[in-house]
Amino acid sequence: MKNNPVFRVVAKILFAPIIMFGLYVQFHGDFGPGGGFQAGVIIAAAFILHALVFGLDAGRRIIPLSVNIWMMVLGVLIYGGVGVATMMKGGLFLDYTPLTGSVGSGQHLGILLVEFGVGLTVTSVMLALFHAFAGFVEERRK
Amino acid sequence: MTALVIDIFLLALLVLIAVMVVRTARLFAVIVMSGAYSLTSAAIFVNLDAVDVAFTEAAVGAGISTVLFLAAMAYVPADEKPRGNHNLVAALVCVIAGMLLLGAVIELPTFGDIAAPVHQHVAPRYIAESGSALHIPNIVTTVLASYRGFDTLGETIVVFTAGLGVLMLLAGITRTHKMKRHSDKVSRPGSPKSAAPKSRAKGGSA
Repeated sequence: MKNNPVFRVVAKILFAPIIMFGLYVQFHGDFGPGGGFQAGVIIAAAFILHALVFGLDAGRRIIPLSVNIWMMVLGVLIYGGVGVATMMKGGLFLDYTPLTGSVGSGQHLGILLVEFGVGLTVTSVMLALFHAFAGFVEERRK
Repeated sequence: MTALVIDIFLLALLVLIAVMVVRTARLFAVIVMSGAYSLTSAAIFVNLDAVDVAFTEAAVGAGISTVLFLAAMAYVPADEKPRGNHNLVAALVCVIAGMLLLGAVIELPTFGDIAAPVHQHVAPRYIAESGSALHIPNIVTTVLASYRGFDTLGETIVVFTAGLGVLMLLAGITRTHKMKRHSDKVSRPGSPKSAAPKSRAKGGSA
C-alpha cells in the first residue's frame, strides 16, 4: 500500500488526530467514558495504521522491538509501583488517598497514574501482537 | 418504546450475523462479520446506557481484534474445512444446553429491577460515594481503578503475559528464520544448525 497516494495521505492526516483522541480518552477517564484499556487500543491502532500503509519496517523504526518490550514492562511496573508507593505512604495497597493526603487529589493522581500504566501496557502489547503476527507472515512470504 | 424497537432490531441483526458466521466457510468473510457483530453489540450497549462498555467493545472487539485476526489469518487456509455428516450427539447437547439457558433466563430478575440482588450488594455504595466522597464523577472509573484496583492490576498483568507469550512463540521463530536465511546466504558450513537454537533462546529472553 506504500505506493498508493490515497493511503499515504490519509494515513499521514489521520495519524496525529488518532493519537490525540487516544490521549484524550486516556486522561479524561475520570470524567467521561474511557480509560487506559480503550486509549491503549486507540493509540495502538494509529501505529498499526502507520505500519500497514508504510510497511512493518517503517513501523518498527518508530518503536523498535526492544523499546516495545520495555514499554510493556514499564506499564505493569507503574501500576504496581503506585500500589507500593501507597503502602510506603502508610496506606493500603492501591488505596490512593495517602498519595497526596487528601481524598480528592489523591484519588485523581492515583487513578491517572494507574490508567497510564494500563494504557502503556495495552498499547505496547497490541503493537507487539500485530508485529509478531504480521511480521512472521512477511518473513515466510519472502 | 423507541429503545425497545431499536433493541429488537439490533438483536435481530446480531442473530442474523451469528447465523451467517456459522454458515460461511470463507474465513476472511467470517472475520469481517465478527467485527460487525462486535459493532452491533456496541450499539446495544449504548442503547443500555453502558457507554464505557460500548466504547471498549467498539475499540477492542470491532477494531483491534479484527486487525489481529486478519494478520493471523495468513497462517491458516482461506477456507474452513468442509465437514459433511452432522453429529447427532452434538446436536442433542446443543439443544439441551440451550433449553437449560432458556430456563435460567426465565429465573433472572426483570431488566432494570431495583430489587435485584446485583443492585443491592455494593453498587449502592459505589453510586453514593463515587461523586461525593472520592470526587470522581465517572463511577465506572472509580470501580475499575479505586474500588477494584487489584482486579485491574490482574487484568493488566494478563494482557502483559499474553503479549509476552506471543512474543516468545512468534518473534523467536521469526528470528530463527532470519538467522537461517542469513546463514544460507553467507553459506558458512555448519552454521545454520548451530545458529538456530542459540537465536531461539535469544529471541525468547529478549
